[in-house]
Amino acid sequence: MVVFAGFLGPYDPTEQDRKSPYLPPMRLHLVDAQGHFHARPFVYSLTRREGAFDQYEEDTARPLPLKFFVKGARYRLLGFVPLRWHSFGTESDRIYLLGSDSYGRDQLSRFLYGGQVSLFAGLLGAGITLLLGLCVGALAGFYGGWRDDLLMRLAELFLALPWLYLLFALRAFLPLAVSPLQAFFLIIAVLGTVGWARPARLVRGVVLSAKERDFVRAARGFGATGGYLLRRHILPGASSVLLTQAAILVPQFVLAEMTLSFVGLGVPEPVPSWGNLLSSLQQYSVLVSYWWMYLPAFIMVPFFLGYLGLGSRLQQYGEPYKIGK
Amino acid sequence: MTLERRVATTGANCFLPRLSQGLLWALVWSFAAPIVAFPQQNNSKEEFLVLPGETGRFGGRVVVALRAEPKTLNPLIAADVNSREVIGAIQADLVHINRTTQSTESAVAKSWKISPDGLQYTLVLRRGLTFSDGYALDADDVLFTFRVYLDEKVHAPQRDLLLFEGKPISVRKIDPQTLVFRLPKPYGVAERIFDGLAILPRHLLEKPYEEGKMGQLGTLATPPNQWAGLGPFRLKEYVAGQRLVLERNPYYWKTDAKGNRLPYLNELVFLFVPSADAQVLRFQSGETDLISRLGAENYSVLSREQKDYTMVDAGPGLEYNFLFFNLNEPGEKTSAETPQKLRWFREVKFRQAVSAAIDREAMVRLVYQGRGSALWGLVTPGNRLWRDDQLPHPPRSLDKARGLLKEANFSWNTASNGGSTLVDSSGKPVEFSIITNSSNTDRSKMAALIQDDLKQLGMRVQVVPLEFRSLLDRVMQTKEYDACLLGIVSPDADPNVDINVWLSSGGTHLWNPSQAHPATQWEAEIDRLINEQMYARTFEQRKRLYDRAQEILWDYQPMIFLASPDILTDARKAVGNFRPAVLEPYVLWNVEQLYLRNDAVNASR
Repeated sequence: MVVFAGFLGPYDPTEQDRKSPYLPPMRLHLVDAQGHFHARPFVYSLTRREGAFDQYEEDTARPLPLKFFVKGARYRLLGFVPLRWHSFGTESDRIYLLGSDSYGRDQLSRFLYGGQVSLFAGLLGAGITLLLGLCVGALAGFYGGWRDDLLMRLAELFLALPWLYLLFALRAFLPLAVSPLQAFFLIIAVLGTVGWARPARLVRGVVLSAKERDFVRAARGFGATGGYLLRRHILPGASSVLLTQAAILVPQFVLAEMTLSFVGLGVPEPVPSWGNLLSSLQQYSVLVSYWWMYLPAFIMVPFFLGYLGLGSRLQQYGEPYKIGK
Repeated sequence: MTLERRVATTGANCFLPRLSQGLLWALVWSFAAPIVAFPQQNNSKEEFLVLPGETGRFGGRVVVALRAEPKTLNPLIAADVNSREVIGAIQADLVHINRTTQSTESAVAKSWKISPDGLQYTLVLRRGLTFSDGYALDADDVLFTFRVYLDEKVHAPQRDLLLFEGKPISVRKIDPQTLVFRLPKPYGVAERIFDGLAILPRHLLEKPYEEGKMGQLGTLATPPNQWAGLGPFRLKEYVAGQRLVLERNPYYWKTDAKGNRLPYLNELVFLFVPSADAQVLRFQSGETDLISRLGAENYSVLSREQKDYTMVDAGPGLEYNFLFFNLNEPGEKTSAETPQKLRWFREVKFRQAVSAAIDREAMVRLVYQGRGSALWGLVTPGNRLWRDDQLPHPPRSLDKARGLLKEANFSWNTASNGGSTLVDSSGKPVEFSIITNSSNTDRSKMAALIQDDLKQLGMRVQVVPLEFRSLLDRVMQTKEYDACLLGIVSPDADPNVDINVWLSSGGTHLWNPSQAHPATQWEAEIDRLINEQMYARTFEQRKRLYDRAQEILWDYQPMIFLASPDILTDARKAVGNFRPAVLEPYVLWNVEQLYLRNDAVNASR
């Protein structure tokens, strides 16, 4: 869904509608105020109460019928197909199905676009982390000796470092302004390099035990090279570990991205990301006044659960040898 | 000699000489005894200051939250808001600025006279005043106080106020109640400089001062009997990391309309609560009784609760938020891009266009939820006497902004996605970053709005929230930034407190600080106007000069003024005489008059 954010979301996620800050989600109606039934769902436009900042009421005189496939803000589908079609919208006023934020930006569009950024960063970051972890773990476990010592001490060093403070220092060396694209790759790089130590240690453990197994010894006896052994016999055993790690890492990285935004290394406003959406909940007034600001967080929950489920299914499917009986 | 003025009324039990000095003290005591008797007689005719207003009830305590522990109780080194807030309740000044009328009135000095040439101020002290530890006050304390403030080695932040073109104010004692202050040059509002200059107890501080230990005094852990002031409260207890408790000063010199000696409260407690949100929670749970400064969001949260709170919107305060561009000469270390950007920023029409494109009304509505006012000049609408109503305040106009940019040889390239990019005469797209302090969400929000406003002019703006210290470092030291969004809170209504912002030689002349010579014609002109008003005799003359300076600022837009928030405060209904002002300290300025109503005193913790 997030891949087609531009199409599914009705608006540009950075577009500010300054007359509607903190507008609550509009309710879809089928029956109007006079009791007539309409086949096409519609919303009533919300007007701000006189003198109030964030109090709205439904204006039953102004129904906004929901239209599908409307022309709106330009966007690029999948990053390169320029389009103006959106899955739904209205003709005159703006429609907010998930409410709006403090600048009057559409939360639904922001959630979808934010997913694009966060999930992609999470997946890529997890990929890099696992790849690094796999290589280091396999090398250390398989070859052992001084390589093992060196790599594992390095991993321990990485685990022991106070990352947040190092990132502060890193921020000082970077140029002042970071464009959203640079920030995005920066996040991936940071996440990838910070996280490799734990999977590397796990992989090393798996490799250590696997290389002493009989079939590995047998293959070695037949003259298989180290590289072949690793590729064919040992690393497939580590796949289950990696998949579970991946399932844990992606949600972790979405949260980490939020921390990074806080340090000034994250995706800068106004570009949305799930981290940005969550961080608006840090304000007490938002927490107690605007319930719809929680919605992105609630929608993320089934998503992450689904991801964990996927991870465990993959693990079952991908397990080539049942260890034990 | 410190002992000579020891007042016998406090009783001998207060006299607890430290062991090492006991012998010496006893010796002095025997010689000094006949002299000591004399101030005692004065006590019968203490000259109280009678405050008008609601008569309250005695007793109880009020708890106030501070954002952080005060760094010090020593007025000579206090620079942070929290320290000033506490010191304000412990100390008193000669002449005080009334926070509601914004004009001066008598305090420790009963009256003052100005000589016809405007150079000489004669102040008469109130008779029979006593420090909070029972020692009498006389002119020697005031002499000592000014000696310390003016001492370069002490580095008192107030010292600059007492210098006039580098020459210090001089003080002379006529008799124990009368002092003469002589200014090197006439200065229209010299009595305002006395506000906030705490009169120091010579009997406690003279010795450490002579030993050069002034800077180490007045930590929060100071034993209460070694610290004294003329304010309504005195030190009682300090619990590190949690609270500071002040108790009633029994020698305070103000009374209510019925002649009762103030303050009403037995105790004033400061709790240390680090964040604004936590302060609201503490208030809701009943742990604190006052909030001295609320954000607009939290104000509406508390308003919606409709409990027994007194919510007061005291109106626009003296905080002005503004955007400024880096107009410094490029240094050796600046990047290659900087000269190019500097060409844009130095273009007056560019700055005017940015100013015209900013939607200030939306800022007030979205950032302050309508509880603020848009700004077009440095003096905020909260400053009743000094605001310039003649200053133009045009509504936002993108067309005007585009026109100005066109005149300055900027043009637009249409991009493939339908947006257009502003480019300068050499074809380079206009891109810059705005830094702002990350701890202030209001300013980050303003920056985000500006970002969107300028996007409509085709400028690509990045907002970079920075930690305050590194932000100041960039603006003041390294000068590596494009534009910056900041705010300043004036401590007083008189615009002279912002003199270092106005003068090109000033350290907070932010867009190009501490210049040896004014970099531009108009900065030289502002310097001239501000220096001239320093020595103008009447308010009308000064106002005219300041208005002219504000107009120059508006014409050249080195600072693009944005918005000013209202002072939002809140107290429990039980707190009486709660009358917040727009000058700091917003709610504690009349702390001696605050009281708890009937039921609250009985139910008091």
